Amino acid sequence: MSENNLKVKVWRGREQGEFVEYLVPRNSNQTVLDVVTYIQRKLDPTLSYRFACRVGMCGSCAMTVNGVARWTCRTRVAKIDEGDSLEIAPLNNLPVIKDLATDMREFFNKWKGAVGFFKGEQTRYDDFAKIKPESEARQLANAGIECIGCAVCYASCDVVASRSDYLGPAALNRAWTLTNDVRDVQQLDRLRAVAGDAGCHTCHTLGSCTERCPKQLSPTAGISGLKKLVAIAAVRGSKWGKL
Amino acid sequence: MSATAIRSPAIRTAVLQAKLWYAQRISAMVLGLCVAIHLLIMFYAIRGGLTAGEILGRTQGNWFFAIFYEVFVLACFVHAPIGIANILRENFPGSSKVAILPWLLACLILVLGTTAVIGVFTGGVGI
Repeated sequence: MSENNLKVKVWRGREQGEFVEYLVPRNSNQTVLDVVTYIQRKLDPTLSYRFACRVGMCGSCAMTVNGVARWTCRTRVAKIDEGDSLEIAPLNNLPVIKDLATDMREFFNKWKGAVGFFKGEQTRYDDFAKIKPESEARQLANAGIECIGCAVCYASCDVVASRSDYLGPAALNRAWTLTNDVRDVQQLDRLRAVAGDAGCHTCHTLGSCTERCPKQLSPTAGISGLKKLVAIAAVRGSKWGKL
Repeated sequence: MSATAIRSPAIRTAVLQAKLWYAQRISAMVLGLCVAIHLLIMFYAIRGGLTAGEILGRTQGNWFFAIFYEVFVLACFVHAPIGIANILRENFPGSSKVAILPWLLACLILVLGTTAVIGVFTGGVGI
C-alpha cells in the first residue's frame, strides 16, 4: 500500500466536455478500472462508464488511458502511469454517450456489414461437423477467433479516424476468421462485402490494431489475407466462385 | 448470392477495386525486379564514367534492353496511376474533377516512357 495519491484526469461530458481531476489512493496491483470504479463509488456517483466481467473476457471496459486505447480491467496503473498522473478518456472514433461510455452501435453494425456472422446449412439433427484442428483453415480461424469486441483496434485505427465508412480492423478480422470456417455458407457474400473502398483494400497496414490488441491478435494479418483472397476471387475466381 | 446484389454498383466498384489492387501488386513485383536489374546495370555501367555515347552503344539495336525497359515502362504505367487514384480518392472524397489525373499520368508514363525506350533503341534516329 502506497501513501501516494494518484492524480486522475477523467473526461466528463459528451463530444463537448472537459477533463476533471480526482485524487485516488494508490494501491499495489491496482488496475485502471479499479481507479475509475473508486471515483464512481467514492468521489462522484454521476460518472458514467461501462464494464462487466473485470477479467478481460467481455470487451466492455476499453478506454483511452494516457492517450492509448486499452482494456482497463487488465491494465495495471503501475505499468502505464506517468509519474503520479493518469488521463482517462472515452475510446476514439466512436460517439461519446456520456463521460467514458461510447456508443458502440456503429462498431457492431460494421461487423454485420462485413457479414461477420456465422451461417451454416446443417441442423441440430445432423451429425457434428468434423474439422481437423491441425487443418490450415482451422489454424487460420484460430488465429483471430479470440476477439472480445472491445473496439481497442477500432479506436486505434487512423484509417477509421479519416474514413468513417471503413469497416475497421475488428469487423475485417471477424470476416477473415469466418472465411476460414469451412461450415459457413455465405463466403461469396462476405468477400463482396469486404472488397473495395470501405473494406479491406482501404487498410494502409499501419499496424496500430495489431500493436494495441489486448488479446495479441493480428487484424493486420487477417486483413492482408482478405486482400489476397478477395483480389484472387475477383480476378481468377475462388473455390466458392467468382466475384 | 442474388442477381440483384451482383448488379449493385457498389459491389461492381468494390470488385473493380479488388482487381486494381491485384494489378498493382503484380506490377509492384515486376517493378521490384526491374528496379533491381536497372540498378545493377547502372552500377556496372558507370564504372568507367557515364557518357551518352556509351549508353547508346550498349542499348542501340539491342532488343533485350528495348524489351526490358518497355516492360519497366508498362509496369509503371499500371502501378503508379492506381496508387495516385487511391491517394486522390482518399484525400478528395466525392470529387470527380480529380479522377482525370490518374488517366493523364498513365498516358504520360506510357508515351514518354515508350518514346525514351525507342530513343535508346534507335539512338534517336527518326525521332
